[in-house]
Amino acid sequence: MPALDWSSIPGALPFLWGGMLVTLSITGIAILVGILLGTLIAMARLSGNGILSGIAALYVNGFRSIPLVMVLLWFYLLVPQLIQALFKTPGADIRLVSAFVAFSLFEASYYAEIIRAGIQSVSRGQVSAGLALGMSRAQTMRLIVLPQAFRRMLPLLLTQAIILFQDTSLVYVIGLSEFFGVAYRTGDRDGTIVELLLFAGAVYFVVCFAASGIVRVLQKKIAL
Amino acid sequence: MISIQDISKWYGEFQVLRDCTTRVEKGEVVVVCGPSGSGKSTLIKCVNGLEPFQKGEIRIENVSVGHSRTNLPRLRARVGMVFQHFELFPHLTVMQNLTIAQQRVLKRKGRDATDKGLALLDVVGLKAHAQKYPAQLSGGQQQRVAIARALAMDPIAMLFDEPTSALDPEMIKEVLDVMVRLAQEGMTMMVVTHEMGFARRVANRVIFMDEGQIVEDRPKDDFFKDPGTERARQFLSKILAH
Repeated sequence: MPALDWSSIPGALPFLWGGMLVTLSITGIAILVGILLGTLIAMARLSGNGILSGIAALYVNGFRSIPLVMVLLWFYLLVPQLIQALFKTPGADIRLVSAFVAFSLFEASYYAEIIRAGIQSVSRGQVSAGLALGMSRAQTMRLIVLPQAFRRMLPLLLTQAIILFQDTSLVYVIGLSEFFGVAYRTGDRDGTIVELLLFAGAVYFVVCFAASGIVRVLQKKIAL
Repeated sequence: MISIQDISKWYGEFQVLRDCTTRVEKGEVVVVCGPSGSGKSTLIKCVNGLEPFQKGEIRIENVSVGHSRTNLPRLRARVGMVFQHFELFPHLTVMQNLTIAQQRVLKRKGRDATDKGLALLDVVGLKAHAQKYPAQLSGGQQQRVAIARALAMDPIAMLFDEPTSALDPEMIKEVLDVMVRLAQEGMTMMVVTHEMGFARRVANRVIFMDEGQIVEDRPKDDFFKDPGTERARQFLSKILAH
């Protein structure tokens, strides 16, 4: 086995950092939009309104039945035409936007299920107590149920975020230069692909391991 | 003040309430007792609309609870309720439990809500615990906070749904003491409970329910001296045996 040659990594660091920023921005936006949209979907599913909960169930089961790679490719092929049709801006690079949209919508389906379980874990008595004090259903949800639900869900939400962070590497299929893609192409160019992939793996490991640690600490801190 | 007229309720095929009729006048304390499954908790939850009912009418100061156009939140804000399992909000401090509905529902200023909260915590003997979380208190303390939380809304009447049945025996007294004082101060109260000592001390009337029906509804002394029905006699002898 030939000796490993790490020499191309220092020079590649700025590009790798740029890739990491893309990775982090996709992760961040997908978490934010995913949780917001996921909360709405979860509430629709629990609403007791047949049509609303039917649509929500279809959304969740739909996205969860399709591989993420396919969702990504579809949005890559679809969103450009949509945007161009809507805003008449031909030729813009929409790879990043389509990645944002695809990940956000995809993650929302997973977050929705976590959030639904969290909402259901808050006892009916808590809802009764809120209503008995004269709060509206919406106030009871916002002030009483959701704060408790999110505390209970936090470990699961963050675990899902860690999975999402790793899954962003899939955007290589639409040629986006996120962290993994940059590492791969740099290694390919310099003939040090083994070294760069080892390095990339180490970075993923450190970030995710640290995030898991944070989950554990938070779990202890905000337990009800 | 509270009038309950021919209330019936079904869970699917099963009828939990059968033509229940009674009244609670202003300043009256009415104790509702009966074996478990007799519908007494369901009845009291119908009073503030937490449980829907299919037949009959409940009016609180002439506002119909079951009417589709009734502003239920506004009605509930005026009727305090205390639950068997306290139902304090675990993510809020004791003080926040007392102020949240004052601020969000009654739109009171933070300062006023806090003052009110402190005064009521003082009444129930828990002023020192204002900044604690519910989980740091004993069951009896939590139930006293729950009573203070309901009183903070300046209710015209209070509903108690088995307020002491989830408590250890040594904590029951501290909760009953608060309730007795409340009754003596003239609060209108409807209390589902098995605490016959409480009924003897402060109740005006006792209602006995069985299988979804109001079997007895009479002045306390009559009830304890001679329950009119065999069913009530059996019930009383069972819970007074010890």
